[in-house]
Parts: sequence; C-alpha cells; structure tokens
Amino acid sequence: MNILKNLAYWLGLPIILILIWHFATMGDISPFVPRPLPLWEKFVSVWLGENLLTDVLPSIGRLLLALAISIVLGVVLGVLIGSFRSARWFFEPLFEFLRAIPSTIMIPVLLLVVGLNDNMRITVIVLGSIWPVLLNTITGVRSLDEVLSNSAKVYGVHGWGRVWHLVLPGASPAIMAGVRQSLAVGLILMVVSEMFASANGIGTLITNFQNRVAVPEMWSGVLLLGVVGVVLSAIFALVQKGVLKWYDGLKAAADGN
Amino acid sequence: MVTPPPVTETQVLRVAKTVRQDRWAQVGPVVLGTAGVVTFLIAWQLYAQFGPVSNEYLPYPAEVIGQFFGNFALTSFWASVGATLWAWFLGLVISAIAGLVLGVIIGSSRFLRRATFTVIEFLRPIPSVALIPIAALAFGPQLEAELLVIIYGCFFVVLIQTLYGVADVDRVAHETTLTMGLNWGQRARHLVVPTLLPYFFTGVRLSATISLILAVSAELIIGTPGLGQSVAQAQLNGAPVAMYALIVTAGVLGIIINTGAKIAERKALFWHESVRAEVPA
Repeated sequence: MNILKNLAYWLGLPIILILIWHFATMGDISPFVPRPLPLWEKFVSVWLGENLLTDVLPSIGRLLLALAISIVLGVVLGVLIGSFRSARWFFEPLFEFLRAIPSTIMIPVLLLVVGLNDNMRITVIVLGSIWPVLLNTITGVRSLDEVLSNSAKVYGVHGWGRVWHLVLPGASPAIMAGVRQSLAVGLILMVVSEMFASANGIGTLITNFQNRVAVPEMWSGVLLLGVVGVVLSAIFALVQKGVLKWYDGLKAAADGN
Repeated sequence: MVTPPPVTETQVLRVAKTVRQDRWAQVGPVVLGTAGVVTFLIAWQLYAQFGPVSNEYLPYPAEVIGQFFGNFALTSFWASVGATLWAWFLGLVISAIAGLVLGVIIGSSRFLRRATFTVIEFLRPIPSVALIPIAALAFGPQLEAELLVIIYGCFFVVLIQTLYGVADVDRVAHETTLTMGLNWGQRARHLVVPTLLPYFFTGVRLSATISLILAVSAELIIGTPGLGQSVAQAQLNGAPVAMYALIVTAGVLGIIINTGAKIAERKALFWHESVRAEVPA
C-alpha cells in the first residue's frame, strides 16, 4: 500500500503535467513550444541512434575525464595549500580573482591559446570546475578537528599516514560539497564549449539544429541534458553515501543525543 | 610580601616570538598575497615572451592592464558593462522573488513537497545554457533571451534553498507557537521567516554568481549586448589585448558581486547566530 502511495507521489504530478501539456499543445501554438509526443520521438531518433556514438558519448567522455582531472588536481593542490598557512596566504587573493572570472568567457581565449580541439574543451571544463573542489578542500583541511590533529601528532602519525588517515577523511565532507558544485559547473561548460567551438558533441548538435530551426530536435537535446544531469547527480549521491557513511552516522548520533 | 620570580631570558624570548608571530599573522596575508599576484604576473610575462604561444594570442600583462584602465574612458565599454549588469540584476531579482514565493507555497505543504519532488529533481539539473539556442531562436539577440537563460538557472537554486529553509523550522518551536495560540501571521513573522532567511540569502548569494556566468555565456553565444558579446567581437576582430582586458573586467565584476553578496548577507542576517558567532564577544 505504502509503495503504491509513494509511486503515486513520484509519478502523479509528472503524468498530470505531461497530459496537460499534451492537450494544451494539440491546437495551433507557437512553433517554439515543444509537444510531448514529437519530442519523445525526436529524442529516440536523434540521440539514441548513431549520434549516440558520434556525439553523446564523446561529450560525456570529455566531461567525465575533465571532472576526474579537476577532482584529483583540486584535492591534491587543496591538501598541499591547505596544510601550510603561508601557502594559503600566497594563493588566496590570486585564487579569489581567478575563480571570480566567469569561466565561459575564457573559451575564446583558450580557442586562441590551445586551439580548437578536445584538449581545449577539457581545459575549459577543468578551469571552471576545479575551483569548488580546490577551495572546499583548502577549507576542509583548515578546519580539521584539532583534538584529532593533535592526537595524530602525539601518536607520531605524519607524512602519508597523516594525509591518508586524518586529512583526507577529515576534509571529505567539504570535498564532497565541492565536487557536487563541480558537477553542475562542468555540465554547463561542456555544453557551452561545444556550442562555441564546434566539432562534435551534444552542444554542437543542438547548435546545428538551431541553425536549421529544427525546434523539436533542440528540445530533445534539452531533455537529453536533463537526463545526463539527473544520472550524474544520482551517481554522485551513491558515491557520497559510501564516502561519507561515517560522517552521516556521526551526525545522526549527535542529533540523537 | 611575595616577590614575583625573576623573568628568565627564555621567557622574554618566548614573548618576543609570540609578538612577532602576531604581527606576522596580520601582515603575512597582505605581503604573501601580493607576492602571489606578482608571481602570477611575472610567470605570465615570461610565458608570453618565451613560451610556445605566439604573442599575437597571448599579449603581455602590462598591455592588458593598460587596456583595462584605458577602457574606463570609453562610453562603449561602460555600455557593455551596464548591459551585462542590468541583465544580471533583473534575472537575479525575478528568480529570487519567484523562487521565494513558490518555495514557501510548496514547502508549507507536505503534500505539495512530495508531489513536486520528481518534477523539481528532473528540471533542476538541466543546465540552463541548454536553453540558449531556443532562447536565441525565440527572442533573437535581446534581453529577453538572456533573461530566460538566467532565470531558469537561478530560480531552482533559490527554490531549493527556500524549500530547505521552510523544512528546517524547529518542530518543538512550531508546536510551542501552536500551544501558545500564535496566529498564522505571528507564526510566519516570528518562526518561519527567521528560520528561512539564512537559507534564502544563501540561495541568492549563489545565484548572484551563477547569474553573472549565465549572462556572460548568453551574450557570448547569442550576441545580446554586454561583456560576453564584446569578448566575442574582440576575438573576431583579432584584438587579443582588448579580449584579455575584458576578461579581467569580468573577473573584477565577479569579485565585486561575490564580496557585495557576502556583505549584504551579513548585514541582513546580523541577528543570526551563524553571523554573530564570528564577532568576538
């Protein structure tokens, strides 16, 4: 019974909205408003056909590679910089400035400096999505529990052991919060970099449809990006649940008292 | 009478060291921070001079900084900064109001919260830049196109924060207000608003940054007037110095917006413990 009720809550409104949408778009309407049935047909024919191999997968591959680079670089640099007060002071104003530059505006520059290729698109995504990870890691490393930090010192835990057993786990809630922001930023930059500097990819294909005024196809691209976003955040939620299990347990225990 | 023990040399040295450290803690960030920026500029200069990238694509920092300040005398420069800021502001205000109103309505009802969950969770991750081509076709290179992209991106951020805020109302406090017979208006004023505001302001602060990014992206791709469009033009005209100077401008705008949003948040939430805790007692 409960499952049915939950299902009704999950699917109720979407189904009602889609039905309203379907009947409201039956008559003569603006050509820019999408209709559910053609939208779905286009979604299947455009994105699940051969374009899946030539455009969708390369886009997602670049996005994942760039995110991986941002996370690894961000965490490594963040731990290094966060551990030394002088390093934090040295980099803080510079980072504040670089982070404040809206990253999409760098695309024309990278086009010149790196050239029109995959490296440029990956660089754009990394340049935008590294900041949340890097800055959150620095904050996380800074705000390590002092008692734990001192205990580790007393027990002679230092070097790699300290990083592995104290710093990384201690900073992980902050790091995960940063990664979450990076996912959203990365997806935006993936699309914009492909729209601006076209070769292949989801963004390029959507821009092509724009030039051909193929409105339903464009909307199907929006739908696809929505699906990619939902899947990314679902995967992230799973990873986070695993990584932060101890932290959630700690919080739950603290709330219980 | 008890005479204090004589001060040893070690103690004096220790005090001197603490004083030095205190002073360094004040001066250090400024000195090292400046050193960081200068190092970056030198590295840029050296790379532009000796690196593999042609000087045509990567101009020297001095040229860029000169152009950055030179721009201040140009009307067209201020027109494009003004256009970007106007779109940024309108988009931010509209999405903040819409997100707040809908967030409070949905958040106040358990039924609505559960019923809208799937729809919100699907619509929210759609990157609003995906709407750029549609906005371009529907509106052309005009403010409306830019606003559509900005509002879609910022609305959900404010909405989600508002939902969290309404959900965070303390159960015991809520039941207390019921027992004490507070009416709807009083409950809203004394219970919901104080809980909600910090969340709402976080949403607005995040949106302020997102709005700038989206404004610039829309201008870059659609060609609505603004900083993004100027950068795209500078690229087409083969004017790298102008392009880099505009990017620096965008960074400065970003910093002003970030800092301004943080200060506004602190001013508005001066009574909240998250802000009060930072002030030494």
